[in-house]
Amino acid sequence: MYRTKTGGLINRKKVLNFSFNGKNLKGLEGDTLSSALLGNGIHLVGRSFKYHRPRGIFTSGSEEPSALVQLDEKKFTEPNIRATTVKLFDGLVANSQNHFGSLSWDFMRINDYLSNFLSAGFYYKTFMWPKAFWEKVYEPIIRNAAGLGKLSKEPDPSIYDKGFLHCDLLVIGAGPSGLYSALIAARTGAKVIIVDEDFTLGGSLNGEKLEINGGLCTDWLGTILSELTSFKNVRLMPKTTLYGSFDHGIYGALEIRNYNSRDNLKKPRHILWKIYSKFSVLCTGALERSILFENNDLPGIMLSKSMRHYCNRWGVIPGQHISIYTNNDDGWETAKDLKEAGCNVICIIDQRPDINPPIKNIDYVLGRKIAKAYGNLRISSIKLDNGKIIKTDCLAVSGGFNPNLHLTCHQRGRPKWDELNHCFIPNNPPKNMSVIGAANGIFNYQDIFKDSKIKLTKILQNLGHKKVSIEEVKISNRVYKVSPFPKNIPEGKVWVDLQNDVTVKDIKLAVHEGFHSVELLKRYTTLGMATDQGKNSNVLGLSILSVIKNKPMDEVGTTIFRPPFTPVPIGAFAGRSRGKHFKPFRLTPSHNWAKSNNAVFVEAGNWLRAQWFPLKGEKTWRESVDREVIQTRTNVGICDVTTLGKIDIKGKDAGAFLNFVYANNFGKLPIGKVRYGLMLRDDGIAFDDGTTARFSENHFVMTTTTANAVTVFRHLEFCKQCLNPDWDVHLISTTDHWAQFAVAGPKSRKLLQEICDPKIDISNDKFPFMACGEINVLKGIPARLFRISFSGELAYEIAIPRRYADFFIKEISEIGKKYNLVPYGTEALGVMRIEKGHAAGNELNGQTTANNLGLGKMVSKLNDCIGNTMSEREELNKENTLKLVGFIPTNKNQSLVAGSHFIEKGQTENLENDQGWMSSVAFSPMLKHSIGLGYIIRGNQRYGEKVHAVNPLRKEIIEVEIHSPHFYDPEGELLRG
Amino acid sequence: MMIFWCLIMNYSGFKIFWEGLTGNKGWKKAWREPNPKKEYDVIIIGGGGHGLSTAYYLSNRFNVNNVAVLEKGWLGSGNIGRNTTIIRSNYLLPENQPFYELSLKLWENLENDTNYNSMVSQRGVLNLFHSDGQRDAFVRRGNAMILSGADANLLNENELKKMCPYLDYQNARFPIKGALLQKRGGTVRHDAVAWGYARGADVKGVDIIQNCEVEGFIIKNGKCVGVETNKGIIKAKKIASCVAGSSSKLMSKAGIRLPIESHVLQAFVSEGLKPVLDNVITFGAGHFYVSQSDKGGLVFGGDIDGYNSYAQRGNLPVVEDVCEGGMAIMPMIGRARLLRMWGGIMDMSMDGSPFIDKTHINGLYFNGGWCYGGFKATPASGYCYAHLLAKDEPHPVARDFKLDRFIKGKIIDEKGQGAQPNLH
Amino acid sequence: MIIQHPDLGPRDSSEFVYKGDAELLFRPKRTENTDQKIFHDYLYLRNNPAGKHCELWYHEYGDRSWLVVTRDTTNHEILKVEHVEDYIKSYKAK
Repeated sequence: MYRTKTGGLINRKKVLNFSFNGKNLKGLEGDTLSSALLGNGIHLVGRSFKYHRPRGIFTSGSEEPSALVQLDEKKFTEPNIRATTVKLFDGLVANSQNHFGSLSWDFMRINDYLSNFLSAGFYYKTFMWPKAFWEKVYEPIIRNAAGLGKLSKEPDPSIYDKGFLHCDLLVIGAGPSGLYSALIAARTGAKVIIVDEDFTLGGSLNGEKLEINGGLCTDWLGTILSELTSFKNVRLMPKTTLYGSFDHGIYGALEIRNYNSRDNLKKPRHILWKIYSKFSVLCTGALERSILFENNDLPGIMLSKSMRHYCNRWGVIPGQHISIYTNNDDGWETAKDLKEAGCNVICIIDQRPDINPPIKNIDYVLGRKIAKAYGNLRISSIKLDNGKIIKTDCLAVSGGFNPNLHLTCHQRGRPKWDELNHCFIPNNPPKNMSVIGAANGIFNYQDIFKDSKIKLTKILQNLGHKKVSIEEVKISNRVYKVSPFPKNIPEGKVWVDLQNDVTVKDIKLAVHEGFHSVELLKRYTTLGMATDQGKNSNVLGLSILSVIKNKPMDEVGTTIFRPPFTPVPIGAFAGRSRGKHFKPFRLTPSHNWAKSNNAVFVEAGNWLRAQWFPLKGEKTWRESVDREVIQTRTNVGICDVTTLGKIDIKGKDAGAFLNFVYANNFGKLPIGKVRYGLMLRDDGIAFDDGTTARFSENHFVMTTTTANAVTVFRHLEFCKQCLNPDWDVHLISTTDHWAQFAVAGPKSRKLLQEICDPKIDISNDKFPFMACGEINVLKGIPARLFRISFSGELAYEIAIPRRYADFFIKEISEIGKKYNLVPYGTEALGVMRIEKGHAAGNELNGQTTANNLGLGKMVSKLNDCIGNTMSEREELNKENTLKLVGFIPTNKNQSLVAGSHFIEKGQTENLENDQGWMSSVAFSPMLKHSIGLGYIIRGNQRYGEKVHAVNPLRKEIIEVEIHSPHFYDPEGELLRG
Repeated sequence: MMIFWCLIMNYSGFKIFWEGLTGNKGWKKAWREPNPKKEYDVIIIGGGGHGLSTAYYLSNRFNVNNVAVLEKGWLGSGNIGRNTTIIRSNYLLPENQPFYELSLKLWENLENDTNYNSMVSQRGVLNLFHSDGQRDAFVRRGNAMILSGADANLLNENELKKMCPYLDYQNARFPIKGALLQKRGGTVRHDAVAWGYARGADVKGVDIIQNCEVEGFIIKNGKCVGVETNKGIIKAKKIASCVAGSSSKLMSKAGIRLPIESHVLQAFVSEGLKPVLDNVITFGAGHFYVSQSDKGGLVFGGDIDGYNSYAQRGNLPVVEDVCEGGMAIMPMIGRARLLRMWGGIMDMSMDGSPFIDKTHINGLYFNGGWCYGGFKATPASGYCYAHLLAKDEPHPVARDFKLDRFIKGKIIDEKGQGAQPNLH
Repeated sequence: MIIQHPDLGPRDSSEFVYKGDAELLFRPKRTENTDQKIFHDYLYLRNNPAGKHCELWYHEYGDRSWLVVTRDTTNHEILKVEHVEDYIKSYKAK
């Protein structure tokens, strides 16, 4: 007998099967998991955090602190689900959490009996001896005992999506004030969004037996919902929790698409909405609070309004001998409704001595308190402060209401105390948010409608909407009068925070020890740090603090709520950005061709680049890379270098601009020539390098490194728009518009001559090293040709509009066959640049100067350019500064390790003797041994000296000889040939 | 008798047992709440982690006891109360590494020092790498750590898989190739650090004065001789600013402009979960780091919001960025729920490194610029600041944390980002 | 946050990249006897106010304009958004 015969918003014809702790149970359509459990007579659903005390269902909403369950199993399992918020579905599987042994016999309950030794902050005072025991013994025990539910440790199988919405007015909460406000706004034509966490819109109207305009409140609700649904400018969003309020009217909301996460696995389980609103109204009502007495945490004890709603909305008969304990009028409403529904209400205890009982056909006690509750896994009786014992299996408590003002705190608004209704009310909510109704501390329904109307009229007028007529609402009158918090402190084990097991004693002890500021109290006792963020416990705790400190509530202060309103799955915040979709891929123009040539790809920022192109029979990557290097250096190779940043620079002042942004001079660069450029940051540290070509008087083309393409462009825009706004300079990034290939090797010219327009002479005389020009290739494809060389070979870089790139690479590899053309990847590129001693990312790491790089002489002394002044600072130009040089192992069979540090031979390996580090290494297939680049003190003056390259991580020491960084063709004859 | 007295006075298992039997009535106040005296030898402005640790080491190691700590709000209300609790000394540069190593050593002995269980837990800090270039940089860093006496291990993919089987090795956008591990790194119960230091300083006579806001400095003939507060004028021979996050605000009252911007860093905690993560893990190709607290919450964070702010709260783009980073490397956390997000204000310095220095005003000292690395530095920062205040000489491991280092060019830029505070 | 772009209207702040104090617009010029200290003060020192702050934002995922946003650092309220040229003009007029 746990359900009424009629009434409520449940479909008694539609039975749903579910299980709890392995027991098969039946619920009804419209149930939540908690109403279904209660409908089966189950109150005991979990265990508390510290003392493992039995826990029941305490509320009917998302503020539930106790009824947390592990939903579903295996990879679908989800911890800490509030049974009160899950819409029951057929096949639901739930299990209780946080017990060792069964739910009804939890071994860890021993903590409860030891609670005298486990007082607030006890762990700060012990577990310190012997020292090693903290990590080895004590902490593992604490960790295993702590925590609530479990993760599956498998990847989350669900999909999460994100969306954006815009509106004039965001209505948060679809209770009476929210719906009425939405209706007023909707009629003006304003764009309105209404969100509510419940799967049924209506808020408290769903659980109350109120009369509106002479009819049932649910009828009024139906009418208003159908009118709202008819508006095109209104979006109703049930199952959507507004979890956070952020700057400038941006709100975060989480919509639940599937309560059963096994449904529609290919569709999103949740949608995370970002709502951009011009104005918002907070209509979130109020949350009931408990009353402090000994053992007030027993299962079977429930908030009064929640109990009423379980009865009215879900037809639940919560107990066979129900008693009610209240300090305000709400308890009497519960008594009335429960009785009407046929429940056996045996007694109501009202703390207030001098009231006129609103209902008479009930046993009541006035001016008394409950001293203690008894029971083990469920309440069995209560004792009043006059010693009277009442047997009861279910107790409704109402200690008054707290406005649900969580969201007004998200931008650090701090609520203030209201002496009239003894609750905190919003004080400084976010800009463009108005708080309406009970959320604002207005508890009388008639006043709530009035409040909505006045505020909405003004808000809409300010938003520029016309006035509309709205009919008055007549609603049954309910008084709300609550008695103030008692001035004494209850004795015994009295629970303030049901989940974290914070008792009145803990608060007393904390204050006694000096932790009496609200924030210190919270941190020392963990009061309010449970998963309800103190929605149930904070005000109760403050009331105790106020008594102990003998200060009024408004002087005690309060902590503030942080987003989110209710916890949000991390997966929902990540949305689709996971796995391979964590970041977008950028593909080079030759990607498909490279793929068909068996390339191995590597991530370079968001780019995927061909790393090497293995041939059949090649067993290691080194075999492929060595072949690519040798074949390039003996014949010709081609490499996609599109990822380099490319910037077109035009305008009368383009030359001056380049002089300003580069450390070396560019103004005098002849047309048709390319120059290496070193860019500094304004603090004088090397930023980036590349080449810039001059195509005409006022047109330059710059390349940057792949890694810095975006930041260099941003920096140039800053130098132009912010530092030299009067200059005639125009910048555009063309990285994605031009495909670029390096064609390198002794046969590169011959190969290019075959594809170039025959009218263009690219002989060494006419197109020497560092020449550039606009040409066309392959019968008319426009191209830019640069005679530059990163590999040290006779080499070119050729740029063509991206749309021809696939055709181009296919054609040239066909034509190149007779020259033994080889595609090479980033590894071979790296090997060849190390053989030539060119700096790259490992060397240009944002910590090195031109001086360190051996390029100090390039830095302009005369002009004002970015970075030159600060590069002259004393400490950056010391005698024993680091210099970039090369290294070869004395024993040529040894392999160098990047990241090794240099120590002089015979010296101890320590920080004082650290002389620098190895930045890049490679096996040189040309020299047939390992080579390295690195920074070492005065390196350029120490060629031939032998030092140790140490790698203590792997306990390795390799003797190396300091060498010029130019290992291959040091005179640069090949690239000029 | 002495032993019994010790057992009764100090925090210990015995004391807990004794109090448990006798109704928990014998606990003393953790610290006094004195009114300010007229004059002190040293005034420390800021009762956060660094200020309290400075007071602790001044009084316990340098014998300077006539000290006041002035705290605007409640004790420990700054970043010591809102960080993600990680300790480590995995720094690269020689100006930094020895300092953070000293800090780690002090952490290792903190409970014995302060007789307060701050739950120092050396769970190991892992920095994942995802490319050869990153590996090279970590090898360099790991070797630098070992050279200066710290511990470091380089794990390849297989070794990492054994330690952290739940990371996404199959489907990650940026493949997880290994990690740099510092075994001695880990986590600490952050609030307890402040309380332990406060209690330890208080015992030695340090006055910790809460709700005492400094409104101005009293500077006479180029010497700072006291402060004006909401509790009146308090004089001192030495005034030590220690208010990271609000450094610019405070020092502007002495007319000093700093190489610092204030930025908001958000932090996050999930609902409590049974143990899933043993270590501290830092993603190398996104902004995400995580550990699991003893209470079971996943404590995680990422990048700063990136704009100047004193608002102690952030915005959604960073929340999403951080969670994306988390899901990218450990997709098992998708169904763990974010319980609470909050923000702290960081002194972001121009090279990402801190300051412990005298100012050009005689008698006025400065400690700040900790960026988002201040928590792990708490013990050494206090120790070195105490050294400077007691001896007027910088401690050797903190000698480069100077305010004038940018004029000279002795920058300490771990990340190589230059004078752009939001990139450090 | 939402930044009211002077040409493009309201834009989410994630379209922008933040640089810092608008004082960075007024870079000293190197002359023959340039004092490094002037550059030091420009590059490294900040007022870092708690309150009204003029700052540079770059519309990187938009029209690539550098804007000066006047924003209160204590509550993120945006008081004004201008093009750099306009800001410099009115700054110099002052």
